[in-house]
Amino acid sequence: MRITQGTFSYLPDLTDQEIASQLDYALGHGWALSVEFTDDPHPRNNYWDMWGLPMFGLADAAGVLHEINECRQAYPDSYIRVCAYDSRQGRQTVALSFLVNRPAAEPGFRLDRQETTDRRLRFTVHPYALDRPADTRYGPP
Amino acid sequence: MTRPGFAPDRPGFALDRPGSRAPGQEPAAPEPLADDATVDLTAERTGAGVDQTLDSLESDLVGLEPVKTRVREIAALLLVDRVRGRFGLSAGPPSLHMCFTGNPGTGKTTVALRMAELLHRLGYLRRGHVVSVTRDDLVGQYVGHTAPKTRDAINRAMGGVLFIDEAYYLYRAENERDYGQESIEILLQYMENHRADLVVIMAGYADRMETFFASNPGMSSRIAHHLDFPDYSLDELVAIGELMLREQRYRLSAAAGTTFRDYLARRMTQPRFANARSVRNALERARLRHANRLIAGDGAPGKDDLMRLEPADFLASRVFSS
Repeated sequence: MRITQGTFSYLPDLTDQEIASQLDYALGHGWALSVEFTDDPHPRNNYWDMWGLPMFGLADAAGVLHEINECRQAYPDSYIRVCAYDSRQGRQTVALSFLVNRPAAEPGFRLDRQETTDRRLRFTVHPYALDRPADTRYGPP
Repeated sequence: MTRPGFAPDRPGFALDRPGSRAPGQEPAAPEPLADDATVDLTAERTGAGVDQTLDSLESDLVGLEPVKTRVREIAALLLVDRVRGRFGLSAGPPSLHMCFTGNPGTGKTTVALRMAELLHRLGYLRRGHVVSVTRDDLVGQYVGHTAPKTRDAINRAMGGVLFIDEAYYLYRAENERDYGQESIEILLQYMENHRADLVVIMAGYADRMETFFASNPGMSSRIAHHLDFPDYSLDELVAIGELMLREQRYRLSAAAGTTFRDYLARRMTQPRFANARSVRNALERARLRHANRLIAGDGAPGKDDLMRLEPADFLASRVFSS
């Protein structure tokens, strides 16, 4: 199942050139860009691993694209996203975040029911990928 | 879990939107010109605003003939490359990493700034900004600190010029565990793989750069242009001084012109002479004395008095007393 997280996630995957255009847009606004990756696709997983430090003071997208490609090389079967942080006072939040890499096969989610007191049901979304140990989540079984 | 009417994985989906491409597909190049077509080079030059930059280089910088010649050659190469591209004759981006050697104050930094502007106008660099760094900005203090630091500096320079001042400090021969070597290796990697995104310009004094390249042959061979900045002659120094004064809205009285020339002739023979930088410092001190003279004087200077430097402003220098 195709994960839809962040901006542009309902579009087909962006090409490198389209990514560069988006990065240029972010840099034009003075947003600091950072690259993050994870193998846990759960939508509530806020803690992605950082690929290097956020990049401040950049003028051109080529540097970020280089970092993205390095990250893709190191973690080809991971979700990789770019975050653009707007540091202006009053905003100080991520202004744009989109996926730039995803595993070849995405197993998807299942719905878990938990019965609790008084016949109540609790539901949770469980990614199939998490059933396998880290580092082997998206490779061949 | 697909919704009706929405199929993101549908083949060819990316091609449906105007202006988008399937992954890996290059943007459609404009039709190459016919084999017997000709191109108006003059129009090309004017269109790129190259003449303007070259002219300002000519008028703002005194002397430096070998440097100007090389800059003109590089401009010509890039221009011809662009025209060749329109015939479909692409040769890949040329390597434009440079090394500027010369004594202090010969204009290495100034030319680097101009070079960035020129390369930007010729369409070789996308941004044309200059990120000026020294050893401190590239080399870390402990294990694992150097690589992120160097990469950060390089990433900031992407699309422009990375200007490494006093580049020979990167390599310290006396300490083989120095982190400078790591920084050099990362730099080499980027210089090779990101030719279209980044131009590295190194600057330093000739003899020490020589030692630096001797111990890093890989670096020397990856730099295509080694430019040597000659020392200025006395006439050129005087011309530089006059140019600086004009920019600061000062002028020399006729007598002060002779004194200034005499001052420079004496200063040139003294140790620690730093070419244009010494000229600038001399003029700064002359301005100090000029201001002091006006304050001590009758107290009603006109506009001309405020602009004119007199011989006394130079004669008080210790160059004349020794």
